[in-house]
Amino acid sequence: MKVLVTVTDVAVVDDEFEIDGLGVDERYLTYELNEWDDYAVEEAVQIAEAGDDVEVVTVTVGPERVEETVRKALAKGADRAVRVWDDAVAERDLLDAETKAALLEPVVREEDPDIVLSGVQSGDDSFAATGVTLAERLDYQWAAVVNQLDLDADAGAASVHRELEGGLEELTDVDLPAVFTIQTGINEPRYASLRGIRQAQTKPLEVKSLADVGLDESVLDSPLSWTATYEPEAEGEATVFEGGAGETAGQLAGVLRDRGVGE
Amino acid sequence: MTVLAVAEHRRGELRDVSLELLTVGRDLADAVGTDLHVAVVSGDVEEFADDLNREGVDAVHTVAHGEEFNHDVTVQALAAMVDELDPQYLLLPHTVNGLDYAPALASRVGLPLVTDAVDLTVEDDLVVTREMYGSKVETTIAVEADRAAVTVRPAEWPEAEGVGDAAIDPFDAAIDESAIGSTVTGFEEVAGGDVDISEADVLVSVGRGIGEEENLDVVFDLAEALDATVSASRPVVDSGWLPKNRQVGQSGKVVTPDVYIAIGISGAVQHVAGMKGAETIVAINKDPNAPIFDIADYGIVDDLFDVVPALTEEFGG
Repeated sequence: MKVLVTVTDVAVVDDEFEIDGLGVDERYLTYELNEWDDYAVEEAVQIAEAGDDVEVVTVTVGPERVEETVRKALAKGADRAVRVWDDAVAERDLLDAETKAALLEPVVREEDPDIVLSGVQSGDDSFAATGVTLAERLDYQWAAVVNQLDLDADAGAASVHRELEGGLEELTDVDLPAVFTIQTGINEPRYASLRGIRQAQTKPLEVKSLADVGLDESVLDSPLSWTATYEPEAEGEATVFEGGAGETAGQLAGVLRDRGVGE
Repeated sequence: MTVLAVAEHRRGELRDVSLELLTVGRDLADAVGTDLHVAVVSGDVEEFADDLNREGVDAVHTVAHGEEFNHDVTVQALAAMVDELDPQYLLLPHTVNGLDYAPALASRVGLPLVTDAVDLTVEDDLVVTREMYGSKVETTIAVEADRAAVTVRPAEWPEAEGVGDAAIDPFDAAIDESAIGSTVTGFEEVAGGDVDISEADVLVSVGRGIGEEENLDVVFDLAEALDATVSASRPVVDSGWLPKNRQVGQSGKVVTPDVYIAIGISGAVQHVAGMKGAETIVAINKDPNAPIFDIADYGIVDDLFDVVPALTEEFGG
């Protein structure tokens, strides 16, 4: 059996930052494994550990920078990695879900996995649409926002819980092959072991251009473009207490006592 | 040309977002000078259609097929409807079920998709306002196309009111049963347990800023001193440090205490959805730009590990 996991890094913004043109100034960004993908990788590795002869392959759309993140996924137990990138992709500011899915699609078709695990969303732009778009393009089945996944590979099906709003879960049976978008909390992502980190350095990480996956630049045509980026105006009228911790805690205590707290 | 808004329901009830979409849809239809149509798929569609017939709605299209949401049925039905109505703008809810069908639908009918809109304007193009980096930054995206699909964030627009004179139109979507690859087998309530945070008058709520499970003591000490109940934001529950029944937010519980003290909680939209109805909101966070300060009444920008013990001491803890 083969499990494909989509992996991306996300930009995390410092507490204090500046906007530069259509984005946050790079000086205030650090990149880390997308939180949702961390859970997706863990889920894939657990499936591999529970079964015989299960291969876990990560697939990424991203520049060379993202390899540090991909190596983390390999260190946690993925077997090998594919990264799709091209100078033509780098020139685009905005990759929408359809475009990302179109870039992933030929890799998934070639790998021909039983399941694809994808984070529900990325923590930076949060489109939350790539996984289900990918399923549609592949003619795979799918389930979005999965927080429990029980696989019956022999029956060619999976039973999942989808995390709905308000503490309710939907129980759904899905035919394979399928794409599942993975919600945080589905498992406890492991830390990579030192041995895992060493091994990750020698695991295959294949880089493919548009031409390598049989696409041309027309796949990047999208009607969407960013037109502005700005800090939202503070809506709040919060009274912010100033001073040292003892001082601010004292002022807050007064407010709380006025409201009958702790009486 | 029309604007087509798609309603959402669960267990026999229309969800609030359906009526909010009517408000967005009417604004957008006015901006481009067209009609507002509404679609509802599965469930008691006649009853839903009556309720969706609000002021400004020109037509409600119903597809009676099955009781609960199934994404295969929904995508097939709406794809057929989009083919027939050729809407200029397709408005969908940015909900868990919206995430389960909107991307597939947009891809199938070839519409560009922008998700999680918090504002929409029509200039030369449709311009969608979104948030990035957990609400720290807003961006606008222009859609240079004649048609588009947009998922709309819940609770950003008011619900449409009044009674309209919409035509109710049963739509024959000819669902292909053989193309249905998933089956909903049931529902499960997961937030039960001994503590009901929605009943508490005072909540001391803890978020990602607490860092480690061992650090939770400082929060429980404060709660004890205040005679309050401890609740949490999603990352703390995801990490398994507190059970699901303590989670405040979209996927947890909606709470309306007299006082809500958010400690190390950034205030992501999913969290805010669960606690903005609190009478008094207090935020303690070291990040002055954390969105929680936008809805807080009182704030302290400082290290929680300095402030919280000092506050506990104020109350004799």
